[in-house]
Amino acid sequence: MSEMNPAGGAIPAAPIISFDKVNKWYGNNFHVLRDIDLTVAKGERIVICGPSGSGKSTLIRCINRLEEHQQGHLIVDGIELADDVKAIDEVRKNVGMVFQQFNLFPHLTVLENLTLSPMWVSKIPKKEAEERAMMQLTRVRIAEQAEKYPLQLSGGQQQRVAIARALCLTPKIMLFDEPTSALDPEMVKEVLDVMIELANQGITMLCVTHEMAFAKAVADRVIFMDQGQIVEQNNPHDFFSNPQNERSRDFLSKILGH
Amino acid sequence: MSATLFAPIAARPAPVNTEGLMPWIKSNLFGDWKTALSSVVIGSLLLWYVPQFLHWALLTAAWAPNAEACRAPGVGACWGVVAEKYRLIILGRYPFEEQWRPVVATVLMVALLVASCTRAFWRPWLVVLWAVVLAIFFWLMYGNALGLAKVETDRWGGLPLTILLASLSIVMAFPIALVVALGRRSNLPAIRTFCTIYVELVRGVPLISVLFMASFMFPLFMPQGLTIDVLIRVLVGITLFAAAYMAEVIRGGLQAIPKGQLEAAATLGLSYWQTQRKIVLPQALAMVVPGIMNNFISIFKDTSLVTIVSLYELTGALGLALNSDANWRPFKIEGYLFIALIYFAFCFAMSRYSLWVEKQVNKGKVR
Amino acid sequence: MATALPPKKQSWSWRSQAFRGIVYQVLAFGVIVFVAWFLASNTMHNMRVRGIKSGFDFLTSTAGFDIGESLFKFDSSEHYWRAFLVGLVNTLRVAVIGIICTTIIGTLVGVGRLSRNALVRALCGAYVEWFRNIPILLQLLVWYLLFTEVLPATNEAWQAGNFFLSKGGLNFPSPIWAAGHKLTLAGLVVGGFAAWGWRRWAMQKFLQTGQVRSLFWMPLALLLLGTLIGWAVGGAPTEMDVPIKGQFAIENGGALTPEFLAVLIGLTMYTAAFVAEVVRAGIQSVSRGQSEAAQALGLSPGQEMRLVMLPQALRVIIPPLTNQYLNLTKNSSLAVAIGYPDVVSIANTALNQTGRAVECIAIVMLVYLSTSLATSALMNWYNSRAAIKER
Repeated sequence: MSEMNPAGGAIPAAPIISFDKVNKWYGNNFHVLRDIDLTVAKGERIVICGPSGSGKSTLIRCINRLEEHQQGHLIVDGIELADDVKAIDEVRKNVGMVFQQFNLFPHLTVLENLTLSPMWVSKIPKKEAEERAMMQLTRVRIAEQAEKYPLQLSGGQQQRVAIARALCLTPKIMLFDEPTSALDPEMVKEVLDVMIELANQGITMLCVTHEMAFAKAVADRVIFMDQGQIVEQNNPHDFFSNPQNERSRDFLSKILGH
Repeated sequence: MSATLFAPIAARPAPVNTEGLMPWIKSNLFGDWKTALSSVVIGSLLLWYVPQFLHWALLTAAWAPNAEACRAPGVGACWGVVAEKYRLIILGRYPFEEQWRPVVATVLMVALLVASCTRAFWRPWLVVLWAVVLAIFFWLMYGNALGLAKVETDRWGGLPLTILLASLSIVMAFPIALVVALGRRSNLPAIRTFCTIYVELVRGVPLISVLFMASFMFPLFMPQGLTIDVLIRVLVGITLFAAAYMAEVIRGGLQAIPKGQLEAAATLGLSYWQTQRKIVLPQALAMVVPGIMNNFISIFKDTSLVTIVSLYELTGALGLALNSDANWRPFKIEGYLFIALIYFAFCFAMSRYSLWVEKQVNKGKVR
Repeated sequence: MATALPPKKQSWSWRSQAFRGIVYQVLAFGVIVFVAWFLASNTMHNMRVRGIKSGFDFLTSTAGFDIGESLFKFDSSEHYWRAFLVGLVNTLRVAVIGIICTTIIGTLVGVGRLSRNALVRALCGAYVEWFRNIPILLQLLVWYLLFTEVLPATNEAWQAGNFFLSKGGLNFPSPIWAAGHKLTLAGLVVGGFAAWGWRRWAMQKFLQTGQVRSLFWMPLALLLLGTLIGWAVGGAPTEMDVPIKGQFAIENGGALTPEFLAVLIGLTMYTAAFVAEVVRAGIQSVSRGQSEAAQALGLSPGQEMRLVMLPQALRVIIPPLTNQYLNLTKNSSLAVAIGYPDVVSIANTALNQTGRAVECIAIVMLVYLSTSLATSALMNWYNSRAAIKER
């Protein structure tokens, strides 16, 4: 996938993420990622969808090494992910992740949640870390809750804090693992609005989600996975109006049916 | 961009074997250098000491009930002490010829306990079964009726006494604990205060002081002329003690019932007692069975304390058997190991059962 | 416009819930008072008939018995209340040291149960199952037997340097209190302040500039350095009261009796099995997601443990841990079976000598109740302060 330049020709730019025949197994027999070939360009926004168990969460968790792949090459921001601890730490400084269950630290205030990594990993002085944190909190429109504890906030507010926490690392890539699946319906919009704003500011994004409206609004590419493989990838307009593969058609009919 | 042509990829087995014995050993025992080092150190310590222990305990042990043979040089553990004294240890000072009676009584009691734990027996007539078996138990142990000779309670001892004290006190503690647990959650301040004082008082003192109270003070509580058997006094003491702990376990279960249940019952017109009986208790009690099993295990272990007030259950019977016999005194360790194994067998089985029940209860919750 | 609350209508009919509540409570109160009166009057009658006196005045009469071991001087000419005090101190002695030891061992075993190494996991699991399922009294008796029968006699004691282990207990060299030790203690205090000061300065520097300085090793070094300097300045007193083998016993030096050692070791090993389970449950209560979030943020394993896992695990561990501490204290009452003179043991002797059963048992219960209530209050205060704040 390459960017288009204003003159109309394609400019090949080094992809920021590249999967090269990546395979992963759980145990001996559960082949969860099969021969994944994928490149993500800088600034690209990708939505990954598929039935449960298709390996989509596993795919993005491999990017920041929360899961290990057994075969193939995975290169993130020029660093190959292998058993090298230093390489993994470097990658994690540049990749932010937002989880389905928020995973905020309940014993720390919102502000402390955000300044934890900058202070202890990037060794930024406290004052500066707090300024940056307030900036991110303002960006997700939750600055007034800075001194509260996570469990005192609603689900939608907690997820926005989680997004701000990931942004405090000033990452080059943002990963979202079903960020709205655990939310009550009336809170989904506030989180999606934040994600759309983020997307429009040019950050590279990979998002596993069932929110197809979000995909239509923002994604450059939609990837459909089933049983560990990438079945189809296309731009949203073509994917939703004219799915090429029978499995994709089947899946779309189920989630867009009602 | 157009979609690429899709060709389904079949599942393949992993290139590196991660299951099986060798990979397990590699990751669990030699995963990194620290793990490998500790495996080597611990492994060598075990290889050094375990064979020595087995040598003493089994290979060079004397099994015959012969004190001379046990004292012979080069002999390891003397299990002959068990062979010689097992009747005294397990059955206490019960008259020798009548010892078939406590054996039958204990077997019946254990069978009843196991039956009470199996789902198939959870019917209303279980209560009747308990009453019948208890009556038979006391008839067998005490006698003095239907052709059996009388055996006073101070001759009762060993394993039958342990099982009797533990089972009876838990069974009698249950209704008391239920009432106290409901009382602690009551809206009426006087009742709530009394129940709280009872529970906090009993939980704050050691069992031994309760047993002392039972032993020394209960006779003083009785009206003139009425003497209570020491066994009954101790039983009452242990029951009151167990009831306080069980009340806390039941209260935990009651608290876990969502308020919505009570509200639904109220809208259906149920009274307080109807709500408790039909809605709250069935749900709460299912949840607290593991906790009550833990109570039972604790009380089972705590029966050993009655030795201090001169009732010779299993631990006390061992002391009785060996302290006065100079021939066998040097082999007290083997005797202790023997009853330790008996306690371990009972308690371990009960705790495994309790874990199993907990899993069953949780199964009903997982969607 | 808001109006004041109308006064509650008092109704006296059986159909009023409030009225029923009052009736039930009056009934319950009446029953309890009646039972209490019944028991009390029987007791007084029986005591009169048997000639048992009552009252706590016996506490000021002479005890008439010696106590096997005590932290301060006691002989048979002292009063009963002093005997009880000796018992109380003995109970506290074994309880406090036991609590410290059991926390250390229990934590190690609990963490070991979650170790990567299968051997360590299996051994720790076996430890927990074995020591949990055997009654504490039996364990105490076995340890006592080991000390009194398996160990050699005092004239053939096992010796390691200046330490002796025998049927008579453990003998160790104890430092003789000299003037120099005051300076050592002063050095310890100064070292403590220096360590605390360093930590504050290092923390400040970290918050200001982000540079991490040693927060543990440096303060520890300062503490030890302070103590060492104080000791050296005080004249480096090294005089020890060294135990030497006498003809029948080991003389001089500090000593721990076999009774104390049996009770201490027995209680520690038994309670450590329960503490291990509490620690393990606490660590496992922190969800995996917390660990993943910490890793995703780039925290090292040590930072993850210190900043994310441990604070959350401790909140879950502390309440049941305090419960185990209380259990250990209550179980120390079993020392009466071994002959260690704790407060129950003393009460037992006093009870047998004076016949004042009610008073002696009441003293014992009072001692344990106050310990339990004080610990519960402390734990409730900690809980309210440390609780994770929710809506």
